[in-house]
Amino acid sequence: MTPDLGKYAVEVLSAYAASVVLLVALIAVTLRRGRIARAALKEVEREVKSDG
Amino acid sequence: MSIWQYANPVKFLSLSAKVQPVLWVAAGFCVVVGLIWGFFGTPDDFRQGSTVKIIYLHVPAALMAINAWFMMLITSLIWLVRRHHVSVLAAKAAAPVGMVMTVIALVTGAIWGQPMWGTWWAWDPRLTSFLILFLFYLGYIALWEAIEDPDTAADLTSVLCLVGSVFAVLSRYAVQFWNQGLHQGTSVPVATGGRTVSDVFFYPLVMCMVGFGLLFLALVLYRTGTEIRLRRTAALRARAGGNV
Repeated sequence: MTPDLGKYAVEVLSAYAASVVLLVALIAVTLRRGRIARAALKEVEREVKSDG
Repeated sequence: MSIWQYANPVKFLSLSAKVQPVLWVAAGFCVVVGLIWGFFGTPDDFRQGSTVKIIYLHVPAALMAINAWFMMLITSLIWLVRRHHVSVLAAKAAAPVGMVMTVIALVTGAIWGQPMWGTWWAWDPRLTSFLILFLFYLGYIALWEAIEDPDTAADLTSVLCLVGSVFAVLSRYAVQFWNQGLHQGTSVPVATGGRTVSDVFFYPLVMCMVGFGLLFLALVLYRTGTEIRLRRTAALRARAGGNV
């Protein structure tokens, strides 16, 4: 499956691994922070409404 | 119909919610297909061997690292001139994305440089200006966190963004006007149209560049929405006198 990367296999695979890890981490942190912000806003809006 | 109507956070969020699903799907498709195509479907280069496959990560990441700063420059200028909060929040949202792109460009460049140049790092004009750009991203993010008043933070980070633009321009053009370094010329010079990459490497590279661009847009829209919601939450809490 993996193409023959020859003597540079470690370099190529580590470049891909590092980039994928960084991109996935960025997307995960972004989505998590977004979910937290949505929940916090909903809660504050609910509490403000209930306080009249 | 004016672009300034999207300075209204409600209108911005409404448009963003409509556009984002398309952007995420298109970005995911282009990045995944581009990387698989580049990794599995292209031959080794006659000089670089299989390390040529690193360009599908390095070039799009470097492109977005620089263009993210230019996007921040434009939105910061809009804040300074017209005081639209959504604009400066978009700049704040883009900074971590641009920083990660800069890190990817620096890391993949170093990994490629070791076997090709015989060194992980050289104080070459483009490499050095990229490192300084990374430090500007760090400083920009730190400045937002360090100042409590959001409008003061927006003013100061916008000024920092203007200063940092010098290094974004240097990063972009260093290889063209400062030809003493190790870094080779631009692979896809947009201005001149001539390119140094053959078709077999070029098409998957374009796919990855488009994918990274779309991913950047999707992330910035999502993160700007998050910043707007955080700002609204803080405003409601302040209005309720800290009882909420």
